[in-house]
Amino acid sequence: MLIRPKEGILDPQGKAVERALPALGFEGIGQVHVGRMVELEADDPERLAELCEKLLANTLIEDYEIQTL
Amino acid sequence: MIWGVLQFPGSCDERDALHACEVHGDGARLIWHESRDLDGLDGVVVPGGFSYGDYLRAGAIARFSPAMEAVAEAAAGGMPVLGICNGFQVLCEAGLLPGALLRNVELRFRCHQVELVEEGSGERLSIPAKHGEGRYYAPAEMLDQIEANGQVAYRYAEGHNSNGSVRDIAGVSNERGNVLGLMPHPEHAVDPLTGSTDGLRVFDRLSRGAFANHGDGNPPR
Repeated sequence: MLIRPKEGILDPQGKAVERALPALGFEGIGQVHVGRMVELEADDPERLAELCEKLLANTLIEDYEIQTL
Repeated sequence: MIWGVLQFPGSCDERDALHACEVHGDGARLIWHESRDLDGLDGVVVPGGFSYGDYLRAGAIARFSPAMEAVAEAAAGGMPVLGICNGFQVLCEAGLLPGALLRNVELRFRCHQVELVEEGSGERLSIPAKHGEGRYYAPAEMLDQIEANGQVAYRYAEGHNSNGSVRDIAGVSNERGNVLGLMPHPEHAVDPLTGSTDGLRVFDRLSRGAFANHGDGNPPR
């Protein structure tokens, strides 16, 4: 599961990373957002959205995306 | 008034909260997070700290504890519940209060005395704040709704909103007015020795229903 701050919500962590880049010689990088990734093994992937809604993401402030491997 | 103070692994302000409750009311006891026993209590404080290490998101795990389930039931029955700092985060995560708390705008942990303005009366309170994730946020429509309902209880005074909270909001109540969340720490401001006793006013107002929504669109009185 990829969980990231909702669009439009100020993401100071992403901004801090973005501001550090020019000093390291990385130019032309913008719109940096920092989220988190949760890896898990599930017998029933059908219920993963419910898991995100109830616990892994706070949908007021975060969006989530489920990738099945 | 007998208060209960929840204690999670990682709580760190439960002792001060207990003391504040004893100063304010007629007694107080700690409630371990695995207990559902709220017998004999007239109010509950969900204290500050880092419940369950703040893993995942601040307050996200604590909301599933047996003690919090009991608190949610008691709150639905009208019991006064005060969430302070991490407790505010827990109450938001539990859906007992609207909104969420995000990382401070400058990513710094802030620890300082702040001035708050009580909505309605305009009374100013001086109490300590100490947090890294205290930036109150709610979507605009939700904010308009809680403002219309008179659920904004405290705002940071001009120049005191160091965490970037939307509309300077420092504390909100539920619609009924019996559940209050506050980012700064009233439990640390109950003794003249530490500079301010303004925190007692928060305990006092909550215990006598002063944050109740009067349904007339006016701020709480």
